[in-house]
Amino acid sequence: WLRHFCNFGGDEGRVHSRTIYVGHKSCPPNEAYIPPKFCDNRIVSSKYTVWNFLPKNLFEQFRRIANFYFLIIFLVQVIVDTPTSPVTSGLPLFFVITVTAIKQGYEDWLRHKADREVNEYRVSVLEDGRRIRKMSAKIKVGDILEVEEDETFPCDLILLQSSRDDGTCFVTTASLDGESNHKVRCTATHLQLLSLGPENLLLKGANLKNTQKICGVAVYTGMETKMALNYQGKSQKRSAVEKSINAFLLVYLFILVSKALVCTTLKYVWQSKHDETWYNEKTQKEKETNQYLKMFTDFLSFMVLFNFIIPVSMYVTVEMQKFLGSFFITWDKDFFDPEIQEGALVNTSDLNEELGQVEYIFTDKTGTLTQNNMEFIECCIDGFQYKHGDGSSETYFDKKEELFLRALCLCHTVQKEMGFIASSPDEIALVKGAMRYGFTFLGLESKNMKILNRNKDVETYELLHVLNFDPVRRRMSVMVRSKTDRRRFSVVTFFSLSVQEGYRTLCVAYKHLSAQEYARADADLREARLALQDREEKLMAVYNRVETDMILIGATAVEDQLQDEAAQTMEALQGAGMKVWVLTGDKMETAKSTCYACGLFKKNTELLELTLRTLEDGGRSREERLHDLLLEYHKKAVQDAPPVKLGITRLKLASGHDYGFIIDGASLSMVLSSSSEPNSRRYKNLFLQICQNCTSVLCCRMAPLQKAQIVKLVKNSKGNPITLSIGDGANDVSMILEAHVGIGIKGKEGRQAVKNSDYAIPKLKHLKKLLLAHGHLYYVRIAHLVQYFFYKNLCFILPQFLYQFFCGYSQQPLYDAAYLTMYNICFTSMPILAYSLLEQHICIEVLLEHSTLYRDIAKNAMLRWKLFLYWTALGIFHGLVFFFGVRFLFSNPALQDNGQVFGNWSYGTIVFTVLVFTVTLKLALDTRHWTWINHFVIWGSLAFYVFFSFFWGGIIWPFLKHQRLYFVFANMLSSVSAWLVIILLIILSLLPEILLVVLRKPRGPHARQVTLNCTAGDPQSPQSPARPLLTRTFSDESNTVI
Amino acid sequence: MMASSYNAKEEDGHHSGSSTHGGTGAPKNKKPDNTAFKQQRLPAWQPILTAGTVLPAFFVIGLIFIPIGIGLYVTSNNIKEYEVDYTGVEPNSPCYDCANSFTWNSTTPCVCTVNFTLTQPFESNVYMYYGLSNFYQNHRRYVKSRDDSQLNGVQSSLTNPSKECKPYLTNPETKLPIAPCGAIANSLFNDTLELYYSQPDGNTSKVTLVKRGIAWYTDKNVKFRNPGNDKDNLTERFKGTAKPVNWLKPVYELDPSDPENNGFINEDFIVWMRTAALPTFRKLYRIIQKKPDSTPTLASGKYVLKITYNYPVRSFDGRKRMILSTISWMGGKNPFLGIAYITVGSICFFLGVVLLIIHQKYDTRSNSADIPN
Repeated sequence: WLRHFCNFGGDEGRVHSRTIYVGHKSCPPNEAYIPPKFCDNRIVSSKYTVWNFLPKNLFEQFRRIANFYFLIIFLVQVIVDTPTSPVTSGLPLFFVITVTAIKQGYEDWLRHKADREVNEYRVSVLEDGRRIRKMSAKIKVGDILEVEEDETFPCDLILLQSSRDDGTCFVTTASLDGESNHKVRCTATHLQLLSLGPENLLLKGANLKNTQKICGVAVYTGMETKMALNYQGKSQKRSAVEKSINAFLLVYLFILVSKALVCTTLKYVWQSKHDETWYNEKTQKEKETNQYLKMFTDFLSFMVLFNFIIPVSMYVTVEMQKFLGSFFITWDKDFFDPEIQEGALVNTSDLNEELGQVEYIFTDKTGTLTQNNMEFIECCIDGFQYKHGDGSSETYFDKKEELFLRALCLCHTVQKEMGFIASSPDEIALVKGAMRYGFTFLGLESKNMKILNRNKDVETYELLHVLNFDPVRRRMSVMVRSKTDRRRFSVVTFFSLSVQEGYRTLCVAYKHLSAQEYARADADLREARLALQDREEKLMAVYNRVETDMILIGATAVEDQLQDEAAQTMEALQGAGMKVWVLTGDKMETAKSTCYACGLFKKNTELLELTLRTLEDGGRSREERLHDLLLEYHKKAVQDAPPVKLGITRLKLASGHDYGFIIDGASLSMVLSSSSEPNSRRYKNLFLQICQNCTSVLCCRMAPLQKAQIVKLVKNSKGNPITLSIGDGANDVSMILEAHVGIGIKGKEGRQAVKNSDYAIPKLKHLKKLLLAHGHLYYVRIAHLVQYFFYKNLCFILPQFLYQFFCGYSQQPLYDAAYLTMYNICFTSMPILAYSLLEQHICIEVLLEHSTLYRDIAKNAMLRWKLFLYWTALGIFHGLVFFFGVRFLFSNPALQDNGQVFGNWSYGTIVFTVLVFTVTLKLALDTRHWTWINHFVIWGSLAFYVFFSFFWGGIIWPFLKHQRLYFVFANMLSSVSAWLVIILLIILSLLPEILLVVLRKPRGPHARQVTLNCTAGDPQSPQSPARPLLTRTFSDESNTVI
Repeated sequence: MMASSYNAKEEDGHHSGSSTHGGTGAPKNKKPDNTAFKQQRLPAWQPILTAGTVLPAFFVIGLIFIPIGIGLYVTSNNIKEYEVDYTGVEPNSPCYDCANSFTWNSTTPCVCTVNFTLTQPFESNVYMYYGLSNFYQNHRRYVKSRDDSQLNGVQSSLTNPSKECKPYLTNPETKLPIAPCGAIANSLFNDTLELYYSQPDGNTSKVTLVKRGIAWYTDKNVKFRNPGNDKDNLTERFKGTAKPVNWLKPVYELDPSDPENNGFINEDFIVWMRTAALPTFRKLYRIIQKKPDSTPTLASGKYVLKITYNYPVRSFDGRKRMILSTISWMGGKNPFLGIAYITVGSICFFLGVVLLIIHQKYDTRSNSADIPN
C-alpha cells in the first residue's frame, strides 16, 4: 500500500493534508487510522431537486421584495375586510410565481442535464488489477484511474504511471487556464520522498496529450477538485435596469403609502363631520371594533385599494420579455459560425438590456482578439525583405540566407510529434516558415536536432544548452554543435517591437564559439544552474555574458492572426463610446503588437508604460519609481488633458492627444497592494484616473485573478460603469464572472468560459452586433417597458384615489373587480409585451452602421429620474383628465336619450374605457416598428376589452355576489354623451404626447440620417418623409421662435 | 395622417437557399432558421410623426371638434330644465314644517306644496327627476349592502340573504329576513311628488306622471325578478320575509295598482338600487308624455308641486330637489361636453396654425440649407 500526503498550501477550502490509500488497500492494523470521508466525484451545479423545488423555489421567490409585498397584500385582503376581493391580487401573484417557477425550473433542468452528462461520463478504473468502466460520478478518492490520450481527467489525479518511457506525460490545461501549450507532468515515482508537487498533479478538466495512457490515483474528487472550487461563488448578476426598477418602486411605494395615509386621515376628518347617517348604519362589528385598530385596517384597506399602482405584472412581463427576448440572440443567424456549426448561446436572460449599457470592455487577447494562430509573414535577411509567397520561388540562396533559415530551425523549443508542439505558438510559426523556404526541422532525438536542408541533406546538431526566454532579457538562445564540423554555434533570437503592421518581430543573430569559449560558458551555466542561492541572478549573468558580440543575420515578422473583423469590431465599439481594455496573460510585446494590429493603439497614440522594465529604469527602488511614473502619467493624461464632456469624448480625443496605457501584472500588484495603506489608495486612484483617460489600456502578464481584480476595480470606481468581459479560456472565467456582463467565446480552448459566461458567441466579431444592435434594442425596449408600466398603473389608480374624495373616503373602488384584475393581465399586457419584444426604434442595419447611436442610451439614459418624472407627470395628467372629465360629465347623470341615469359603475366603466384606450394608444404612438404582431396585439387588445366587457356584462353570473356590471357597458355605448366624452378624453390625453413627439429634439447627431436610412430603399414612397423634422428647426432656432 | 413607409425587408435568400439547405444538413443542424420573425426582420410599418404629418391631424381634429362642440352646446342650451328645492331648510319655505316635524314613526304623512312658474313651455317628453345632495350612495358600506341574487328572485336568497346586507339583514324583532335586504333598499326614496298645473282660468289640473320606463330595460326585465311562481299572489311569494325597517309598507305593496310594477320589479325601486356615482345626484322619477296634439307638454304658467314629505335629509345636511327637464339625443342638460369640445377643438386648431407658421417659416430655410449638401 502506498500512502500519500499532499500538501497544497494556500488553496482555500482544501484540506492541507490528506491521507489516501491507493486502490483502497486496507491499512495496516498497527496504525490507528480512521478512513476519512471524502465526497464522491459527483458534480452538482443544479439548485433544486424534484423534492425541494417547490419549497425552496417559493422561498427564493418570496425573498424578492416585490413578491413578498404582494404576498402581504394578498394576506391582508384575505384577513381584513377590504374593498377588493383577494382574487384581484392573488391571481396576478399566482401567475407571476408560476411563470417564474416554470422558468427557473426549466433552467435548473438544463443544469441537471449538463451535470448528468458530466457525471455519467464513463471512465476506466483499475480495481484489483482489472479494468472496470465506471461512471465518473462514482469515482472515490483512492481509485486508480486510467486515462487515455485526449481524454479529460475526471478528477484531480496524482500521476502514477505513464505510457511514455521517461515517465512523463503531457497535458493541456486549455480549459482551465487558457494556455494551450503542452505541459509536462512527472510520475510520482519517488514516493518515499513524500513530497508531491504540482508537477505530479493532473487537474480535473485538463486533457492528456501525446501520451497513450496514464494511470493516476484520484486525490480530490467532485466538489473538492480545483476546478469545482474555482467555480463556486458564481453570484447572481443584476442589471442596472433592475436597480432602476427598484428605485422607482420605492417612489411608487412612497406614493402608495402617502395616498393611503392621506385617505385614512381625511376619512376620519370627514367622519367627524358626517357622523353615521340613518341610511347607512355601521354594522355591529364595526361599532365594536377598537378605534385604533379600525384606523389601521382602514389604512390597510386603502393600501389594498391602491396597491395596483405597484405593478405586479410588471415583474412577470419583464421576466417574460427577458426570457423570450433572449431567443432572438440564439436565433440570430449572423451569430452562426459555420466552422463550429453553432450560434450564440444565452446562459442568463437577466442581462439582455445590460448589453446596451456597456462602458468598459475587458477582452482577453489570445483566442479572443487573435486566433492564437501564428503565421510567418515575412523576413528580412541582411537588409533584403522576403515576403511569404515569393519565397517559394527558386531563387538563389546565399550563405547568409541559409544561415538565417538554419538558425530559425534550431533556436526553439519545438517538439515534433505528429505536427509541431511548442510552448509558444510563434516558435511553430517560425519553424513552419523556415520549412516553406526549404529547411525542415525533423525533430529532436536524444539531444540531437535534425534539419533537412534545401539539398535534401539531413543536418544534425547536438543541442547543448537552451537559454530560455524571459521577459526582462527578452531573448532566448540555444547552443548547438554541428555534428559535421563540430564547431560551436550559438543562435540568439530576441524580440523587438514592430509598430508598423502589428507583426511580432524577432531578430536573429548568431555567433560562433571556440572550444574554450564553449567550455567556459558550459561550466558557468552548469554552475549557475546548480547554485542554491541567487540562481536566477547568476543564470542571468551567465546568459548575458554568452549573449554578447552577436552577429545579426536578419529579422522575422510573425503575425498572430487577428480574429475576423477584429479591428472593425474594436473601432465600432470604441465609436460607441466603450473603452476597450486588453487583459492578457501574454507577453507585453505580443500583446502590444496585437493592440496595434486591431487598432486599439494607433500610430499617434502615446504609450504610457508601467511595466517591470520601466520600473527598473533609472536605478532607483521600484516603489519610488512607481510613484514617480504614476504621477507623471497622471499629469500627462489627466491633468493636462482638456476637460472633455461625456458623450463626445471619442471625437474630441481623436483630434487631440491619444494615450494608451500599458501595465503588467507585477506592476499592477504593486499598484494594488502597496506597502502602506494611504499610498495604496492613492495609487489605485491615480491608476484608475490614468486608465480612464486613455483610449485603450493594455494589461499584460496578468494572472486570472488579476484580471478579475482589474474588472472589480473599474466596476467599483466612480459612477459604477457597466463592465463587460469577453474571453475564451478558463483563465478568463474569473473576469467573466466578475464583470457585469460576461461573454464567452466558443473558441478552441475548451468550454469553461462559455459555461461561466452570461452569453457566448462564436467569434469576437459577433460582439458588435450583440452590443450595438441587440443590446441597444433590448435596453430601449425594457426601459420603455418599465416606464410604461409605472405610467399605466399610475393613471389606472389615480382616478380611484380621486374617487375617494367623492365617496366619503370609504374605499369604494371605482372599477369593478374584474376590471381591476384584468387590467394588467389581459387588457394592457400584450401590447407592451409585443412592443418590448419587437420594437426597433432604429433599424438594426442603422444601429450597426452608426455605432455612435449607442451613446444615446449610455448611462441608463432612458431610466433617468428626469424621464421617470416625465412619465409620472404624464400618468398624473392622464389620471386627472380621465377622472375629472367624467366627473364633469356626471354633474348630470342623465346621459341617455330616454332620460335614464347612470350610476357609479357606469362612471367607473367610462373612466376605465378611456383608460384602456388611452394607455394602449399611447403605446401605439410610441411604437416605431409596426409588424403584424403589433397590429394584431394592439387592436386585438382593444377589441378584446370591448368583447370582454359585453360578455361580462351580458350575463347574470351565478357565482358572483354582485351583478354590478350587468349591461353597464352596453348601456354606456347606447349613450351618445358617453361616446363623445370617451373620444374627447382620449384625444385630449394624447394631444400633449403627439405635440411632444413632434417637438422633441431628434436624438443624437444622426437622428436625421437615421430616418433617411430607415426609409431608404422603400419603393412605395420614394419621397420619404425625411422632411427636416420641424423638431430640428425648432431646436436649432429655438431661441428665435420661443 | 402620418408619414409612413412600408419597409418590407426581404427575407434574404430564404426562398431559394433554405429548402435545399435543410435537406443536406445533418440531423442536428443548429443553424438558426432564417425566418423573418427569428431574424427580427418582419416587414414593418414605420410611422414617423413629423410636423408635416401631424399638422393636418390637428386641423382635422379642430375642424371636427369645434362644430360638434357648438352643436352640443346649442343642444344643451336648448334643453329646458327647472329645479325646485323643497328641502325645507329656510323657515319661510313651504316644507319647513314637514322637515322639522319629521319622525320615523309618524303614521300621518306630512304634505307640503310648492308653487313655481315655468316661464317657457316644455316641449316633447318632460322628465321629472328627484335630486339629492350630500347623500353618499357611493359609500362603500352602502354600495355593497345588497343581495343581487335575492333581487333576482332566487328563492334561497330571499329567505337567507347575503351577509353583506348587515345591519339590514333581518328584522331585529321578528328575526325574519328582510326583503329586499341591505342599506340601499332600506333607504329607498319615498317622497311622493305630484304636479298640478294652475290653468290661467284658475282651475288646477293634475299633470299625468308616467311611472313606467324610468329604469333600465335590462334591470327591469332580467336583473330584478320577483321570487316564486308568477301565478301566485305577490304577497304569498314574499311570505316569511320582513319589510325593510324604514319602509312604511312591504315590498309587495310598492305599487298595488300595477302587478308589473310591484315587488322587486317596481321601477322606482330599481332606479334607486342603481347607486349614484357622486354624492349629489338625480334620479328619474316620472315621465310626462308629450301630448298627441301640438300643445306643449308643460305649458308656461304656474304649477303646484305637491310633496308627500317622507324622506328625511336634514340629519345629514342633505338637500332634496325636484327637476323637470326635457331631454335631447345627448341626454340631460350639461354644457360641459359642448364647452370641452369647443375648447379642445380650438386648442388643436390654434396649435395647428402655430405649427403651420413655424413649419412654413423654417421649412424653406432648412431646404435652402440642404442644397449645398
